Amino acid sequence: MLAFLLTLMLLLGIVIVLAYAERKVAAFMQDRMGPTEAGPFGSLQSVLDVLKLLQKEDIVPAAADQKLFKLAPILIFAAVFAGFAVIPFTPDLIPAGIGIGVFYLLAIISLDVVGLLMAGWGSNNKYAMLGAMRSVAQIVSYEIPAGLAILSVVMICQSLDFQEISYQQGILLNRFPGLEFETNWLFGIEALGINTTNIGGITTWNIFRAPILLVAFVIYFIASLAESNRAPFDIPEAESELVAGFHVEYSGFRFAVLFLAEYSMMVLVSLVAVILFLGSWNTPLPNLTALKFANWTTGTVGELSGILWGGFWLLSKTFVLLFLQLQIRWTYPRLRVDQLMHLCWKVLTPVALGIVLLAGIWRLLMV
Amino acid sequence: MLFYIFAAVAIVSGAYMVLTRNLLYAGFSLLLTLLSIAAIYVLLFADFVAVTQLMVYVGGVLVLILFGIMLSSRVHDKSVMSENTNVGWGVTISMLTLIGLSYTIWQAGFSSLPWIHQADTSVLAGQKSTVQLIGIKLMTDFVLPFEIASLLLLIALMGAAYIATEKQKV
Repeated sequence: MLAFLLTLMLLLGIVIVLAYAERKVAAFMQDRMGPTEAGPFGSLQSVLDVLKLLQKEDIVPAAADQKLFKLAPILIFAAVFAGFAVIPFTPDLIPAGIGIGVFYLLAIISLDVVGLLMAGWGSNNKYAMLGAMRSVAQIVSYEIPAGLAILSVVMICQSLDFQEISYQQGILLNRFPGLEFETNWLFGIEALGINTTNIGGITTWNIFRAPILLVAFVIYFIASLAESNRAPFDIPEAESELVAGFHVEYSGFRFAVLFLAEYSMMVLVSLVAVILFLGSWNTPLPNLTALKFANWTTGTVGELSGILWGGFWLLSKTFVLLFLQLQIRWTYPRLRVDQLMHLCWKVLTPVALGIVLLAGIWRLLMV
Repeated sequence: MLFYIFAAVAIVSGAYMVLTRNLLYAGFSLLLTLLSIAAIYVLLFADFVAVTQLMVYVGGVLVLILFGIMLSSRVHDKSVMSENTNVGWGVTISMLTLIGLSYTIWQAGFSSLPWIHQADTSVLAGQKSTVQLIGIKLMTDFVLPFEIASLLLLIALMGAAYIATEKQKV
């Protein structure tokens, strides 16, 4: 129960910062000022936006399917929020440390799709319906390259547990029960003879342990943009043709929940990318002979310093990825639907299949 | 206690799915049924089966069913509603199935089966999840059925792709 409340508070905080960052980054990219009035540099803008939304009238269209229309935002947010249950925030802080966390996350995200269909149908509006259809088709298709990229990580790490994958990518490797006698080698290959178990830092991140995962990371990142309906994959909410997509009929609190679910999805996919590829809560600084940067910036596990450093690294890496998502939105034009499907099925999926094969071979070299 | 809650939810939503006239509501109540069955799997220490159930049935089959309903009916039409046909045959066959199942369950007398009494609640025995055991079993004892299933799925996929392709006019 405590984990539920803490995660919810953390998520609300991140989403409010993210909504402000979205406006400011967009303004910067277009050489504008962005919000300036509310608070210093407009920093209270997104808080006030939320307050405004909460005060608005909750309109349910007369022709809408009442029950489905009201239930859909709750289902969508619940599905995304349930994904946060398996995210390890620090070395010893994880809401639910289940052994098949990665698989659970993939399954629970697909619940989101049902909610989208419910919202689209319940609105009884052709724009909403088209938006939901496009969104679902896109999410279902892009789950395949994303799933294959995640599968290659799972093959390298030999684990479906997020916390175990996190421990493998840093100097705390031997602290995880069951991994006491493991060692990390540079690029994962023992023949090179460089033991990185105590060097840690960036040299033990998954994209370094098996450089092939760098390609998997790019594939996952592209697919995750599509899964959270971000530009350049935002045809489900293309405002020039569909007004706003599946949430066109929603207002007030229900719109706020949908908005929150969308931003939570962005945060969730970025967190998963950080945990699987970019070293999770581990520090990027390696130990260099006498300068024990990694030890200094990891803290002690189980104490406050460990929690603070872990949370700091995880969140700052996540914010870097989130910034990249915001920046891409104002850099690339929207893809047409045929280009979208071409990219998914003819480019990303074959490459991801190749990566899975190569990851298997790499794992044989690592043993 | 938890088991009875989830079992009740599964039965109620399943009954609603059968009894409602609106096909779309039936689809969404199927979601509730599948979720509560997944919860029951978790209570039985079958975490992998539970998540697979979510992945395959909720993420795949259910979405396909909903898509099918939405694409094959118009919004302002009454065709989302299902109609009653074949009442006599339906009742007969379902009653016969019920009688057959009840008879089989009654004959089995599962409360006196020896392995029920020997069963241990600590099935996992220190393992964090059942994935490792399932993986080893699939690659050793059950490798032939596993491979045949994959072959069957491949054939189904190729068949679907063949049916869906436009026929070239020669």
